[in-house]
Amino acid sequence: MNVTLKVWRQKNANEEGHFETLEARNLNPNMSFLEMLDVVNNELEAESKMPVAFDHDCREGICGTCSLTINGQPHGPGEGVASCQVYMRSFKDGDTITIEPFRAKPFPVIRDLVVDRTAFDKIIQAGGFVTVRTGSAPDANAIPIPKETADLAMDAAACIGCGACVAACKNASAMLFVAAKSSQLNMLPQGQAEKDTRVLKMVATMDEAGFGNCTNQYECSAACPKLISEDFIGKMNRDYLFANLRQKFLRRKKKI
Amino acid sequence: MPTSKSFFFSSLGKKFIMGLTGLILVLFVIGHLVGNLQIFADPEVINQYAHLLHSMGPLLWLVRAFLLLTVVLHIWMAVLLVIENRRARPQGYEGEHTHRASYASRTMKFSGIIVLAFIIFHLAHFTLRVTHPEYENLRYTLQEGAYAGTEVLDVHAMMVMGFQKPLISLFYIFAVGLLAFHLRHGFGSMFQTLGLRNKHWGGVIEKTTITFAVAYFLFNAAIPLSVMAGVVDNENIKSIDDSAEVMTLPEDDSPEQTD
Amino acid sequence: MKLQANEPEGPLAEKWQRHQANIKLVNPSNKRKYEIIVVGSGLAGSGAAATFGEMGYNVKCFTYHDSPRRAHSIAAQGGINAAKNYQNDGDSIQRLYHDTIKGGDFRAREANVYRLAEVSVKIIDHCAALGVPFAREYGGLLANRSFGGAQVSRTFYARGQTGQQLLLGAYSALSRQIGLGTVDMHPHEEMLDLVLVDGHAKGIITRNKETGKVTSHAADAVVLATGGYGNVYNLSTYARNSNATAIWRAHKKGALFANPCFTQIHPTCIPVSGDYQSKLTLMSESLRNDGRIWVPKKVGDKRAPQDIPEDERDYYLERKYPSFGNLAPRDISSRAAKQVCDEGRGVGPTGLGVYLDFSDAIKRLGEDTIRERYGNLFDIYHEITGESAYQSPMRIFPAVHYTMGGLWVDYNLMSNIPGLFVLGEANFSDHGANRLGASALMQGLADGFFVIPYTIGNYLSECREKHPTDGHPAFKDAEENVRNITNKLLNTHGRHPVSYFHRELGKIMWDHCGMARTKEGLEEGIGKIQKLREQFWQDVNIPGDNEEYNQALEKAGRVADYMELGELMCRDALERDESCGCHFREEHQTEDAEALRNDQDFAYVAAWEFKGADETPVMHKEELNYKETKMATRNYK
Ligand SMILES: Cc1cc2nc3c(=O)[nH]c(=O)nc-3n(C[C@H](O)[C@H](O)[C@H](O)COP(=O)(O)OP(=O)(O)OC[C@H]3O[C@@H](n4cnc5c(N)ncnc54)[C@H](O)[C@@H]3O)c2cc1C
Ligand code: HEM
Ligand code: FES
Repeated sequence: MNVTLKVWRQKNANEEGHFETLEARNLNPNMSFLEMLDVVNNELEAESKMPVAFDHDCREGICGTCSLTINGQPHGPGEGVASCQVYMRSFKDGDTITIEPFRAKPFPVIRDLVVDRTAFDKIIQAGGFVTVRTGSAPDANAIPIPKETADLAMDAAACIGCGACVAACKNASAMLFVAAKSSQLNMLPQGQAEKDTRVLKMVATMDEAGFGNCTNQYECSAACPKLISEDFIGKMNRDYLFANLRQKFLRRKKKI
Repeated sequence: MPTSKSFFFSSLGKKFIMGLTGLILVLFVIGHLVGNLQIFADPEVINQYAHLLHSMGPLLWLVRAFLLLTVVLHIWMAVLLVIENRRARPQGYEGEHTHRASYASRTMKFSGIIVLAFIIFHLAHFTLRVTHPEYENLRYTLQEGAYAGTEVLDVHAMMVMGFQKPLISLFYIFAVGLLAFHLRHGFGSMFQTLGLRNKHWGGVIEKTTITFAVAYFLFNAAIPLSVMAGVVDNENIKSIDDSAEVMTLPEDDSPEQTD
Repeated sequence: MKLQANEPEGPLAEKWQRHQANIKLVNPSNKRKYEIIVVGSGLAGSGAAATFGEMGYNVKCFTYHDSPRRAHSIAAQGGINAAKNYQNDGDSIQRLYHDTIKGGDFRAREANVYRLAEVSVKIIDHCAALGVPFAREYGGLLANRSFGGAQVSRTFYARGQTGQQLLLGAYSALSRQIGLGTVDMHPHEEMLDLVLVDGHAKGIITRNKETGKVTSHAADAVVLATGGYGNVYNLSTYARNSNATAIWRAHKKGALFANPCFTQIHPTCIPVSGDYQSKLTLMSESLRNDGRIWVPKKVGDKRAPQDIPEDERDYYLERKYPSFGNLAPRDISSRAAKQVCDEGRGVGPTGLGVYLDFSDAIKRLGEDTIRERYGNLFDIYHEITGESAYQSPMRIFPAVHYTMGGLWVDYNLMSNIPGLFVLGEANFSDHGANRLGASALMQGLADGFFVIPYTIGNYLSECREKHPTDGHPAFKDAEENVRNITNKLLNTHGRHPVSYFHRELGKIMWDHCGMARTKEGLEEGIGKIQKLREQFWQDVNIPGDNEEYNQALEKAGRVADYMELGELMCRDALERDESCGCHFREEHQTEDAEALRNDQDFAYVAAWEFKGADETPVMHKEELNYKETKMATRNYK
């Protein structure tokens, strides 16, 4: 099969980007979308042209590196898949396919389809952890955790940190990511001691990075390769409110 | 270290205000609707109710001020959020795609602005009566209760007279439609923002939101429709119409006036 | 060169404790004065960097990924072993130790493996405390599953995403230290050379992926935790960017490379579907419990599987190994699949695949039962191939999955270069000639969290002087070297993109140094690789410049290293004239095609010294003198 690609090309964050039209010929429908790009790139390289830069690594939907917006959909067609899990059989011979980077101000373009997602790392650095020194942990079975709680924490923890939630959100909000990360730890007994500071700091860092605000449209969940539920956003709203209330009223009392 | 001081300036805090003011407004519009539905009863009922409200004096003004503040806060936050959201995505997508965001949710700012325009007109129309000073001539004498014998503004007649004008009725229906549309997203959204939504309630909230929006629209629309259809009428209007002829605007050519 | 393993004295079970008691401590106020470079942020690297940070050292951590969280450890699915004996099924440190060293076909170092088993217990405690959502039972306690090569249930897991959850746990600990400022994180920064000053590792040279800027970084010690090198084969279950550059360039600076030919090949992966293929996906081995493996009897039979009558099918595993049948051990079933495909009886468009047929099981148990057992695997298969395994048999083929070899290290995880430490899959230390399932994650975390933080003290406490700065001439030379390689690649302007050479190399490696190896095959392979390498330097075409984000350039540097490493792997395989674990020399097999080990002549670690790209490397032996363990014949019957 053959398809026409309309690809976003941009040399770096400081230069203007534009769409370039490329032809992808003699494709096998069983190719993955990224393999199709490999083929196109090989041809470009053979002509000494710069290949289309795109991010990828594991190519099995777990590392969260791949980050294409295919026909306006972060990670393309299909539910619960990352870009690397999209196959050419989802398209028709002769289709024109638009490929863009994940678009959001806190995700500046590095080149072509590659964006910088360090904003996510900063959010984790602010509070996405449990403070425990190596070697100081009690026996793992010392704190039983109800299976339901552990399962729910795992649902949140499944996040691969790809940023599709931001890319899909009409407002480029990072709520689903931050909610999944903060909720995972806030649900587990290990995370209780830092529950309030965690959510306060993570939200503050998220705001600083310049993400948009959630308007509860849940596009994030729909585009998420792990289909992480928007319920965690509700939980984060709750945690954040209570954390603020506790800070305001309870902390002072403790000091007296 | 962020503290609660920054709460109202955080993204979640702003949303929280949005949700809280939204909730207050929702409660108000429900109350308001229930009040208005009394139009289907004898004029005595709604006039009693209106008098009760008016006799509250300073308290009424307090409530009005509070509502005004609520609306101002709601709009203020809306403006901030919209600006920030624009800024967060300077470059849009070539092939914009929507998975599940409802049309209502994507047009909140527009439905909101038109609702605002309506609120202003509505206040001018019925509360301040600047557009129709002739309504002052609609008088009614209460028959029952503690206020029996008091002469008051005939609210029933005013509403009927107002809605007998098709343009006003249509605009009213259009506006409550938009408000219902605004709430089609806003009602459910507010639960999420206030942290009151979870796995078990998500589905219920979504269904309730749709039911609420539809019901809110139908009940509201029923009032002007019934007036236009003649199901609800008011004796008082005819006499006033004649005596107030001078004050009626000439271009007002609703069918009722021709006979 | 005499290789000093530096195993502590005393009985096996006491070595680590005694060693810990004797390790020189660095005074807390002095720790701040020491700088440590950690390259890699996988389980091993993140764990080490986080713990160094907590201890008060100054840490610089590098990864070529955009975030530490993306390291290849994230892809591990199955689980992690630990001798917790939570199931009360008789597990113990001793048993885990024995399973691991036996699984490695007695080619690993006794003391290291024992320490690994000992430390495994702490890993689970620490990770649970970090908030890793391990699977749990209804009572709230941790759940376990069993894994190959063990008779006890000791594998901890988090759905099918254990590696992801463990890595995110280690990443969270690392992130905390980055936030606190004790670790200076350098993402998108690829190490391209090691710097030695007076024979000690004192720094590295990196290239920034976004700007191309080449920078020197000096420190008191360098820790490499850069993962495995299975991508020499081009197609593997590894992430596309996993590479050997860090360890290979260190090797070229003098670090010995141990057992390079020990590569694990996993029998149940989704086969290659065409030339464009970039990646092989692992399917759980559990499928073989209910699936029957077969190929057509006739060579070149292209009929659809349903059209091939029963008596024209060859259930070759059941035929050759009647007692084990489809559950024959990993290496045996991998080799048998290769054999039938070599005969021209392989299935699928490329002829490199065998059927894994569930139709009998579906008839016997019903589709629902099969769906319940393997539904998610069937889904993955469907997603990738577009075929339903409920209707027609799956096609599977073996794929490269793990490299047991790596830089040589002593008991302290220090290489033969003082000050250079190597952790995780990048070193050779714990898995011998074959790795058991669920033990790589264990090793990465053990090395990073629990071993190196102690053992590095011995070296650092001897560094009395401040380390040289990056102005030292050794850094300038190394930077120059890096720039030279880059310029050479950019200025070749040949005819082929770099992926062409990678694909060609992969084919040579797979054919000559794959599942079954022979003297002739290996010699031929070496010749082919040398030719390909020559062609590479004349004919590779890398567009663009160094001073920009240039993925082709990055890849070219890696492939250049693979060419040299691939040759060394063949050489090592040639030299090791025995079969052991995953290294199968056709010359050495039992009657039923089991590996025939030769403990008399080959009970050693082969540690190779680099002598120049065109020179023959020199092998140094570390004899494996087992004191407490008997080298028995590996037998899973
Ligand atoms: C599909 C698959 C499934 C697996 N399943 C299991 C399992 O169930 N159980 C199990 O125990 N094991 C499993 N393994 C093996 C296990 O995942 C790995 O062996 C282990 O995670 C390696 O960890 P590491 O920290 O050594 O290296 P990695 O996680 O590979 O990390 C390497 C790090 O080094 C960095 N790096 C490398 N080179 C450079 C350079 N030149 N400059 C800068 N940075 C560099 C990378 O950016 C990365 O951060 C599996 C492996 C695969 C492929
Ligand atoms: C006066 C003009 C108004 C404007 C400009 C306006 C605008 C907005 C905007 C932009 C939002 C946010 C959209 C989102 O979160 O998706 C919003 C939410 C909302 N609005 Fe309004 N609105 C107005 C009036 C009203 C009125 C009169 C009501 C109630 C009857 C109301 C109820 C709500 C509710 C309940 C929400 C949801 C809050 C949340 O998500 O937490 N709004 N409005
Ligand atoms: S490449 Fe790893 S998730 Fe797509």
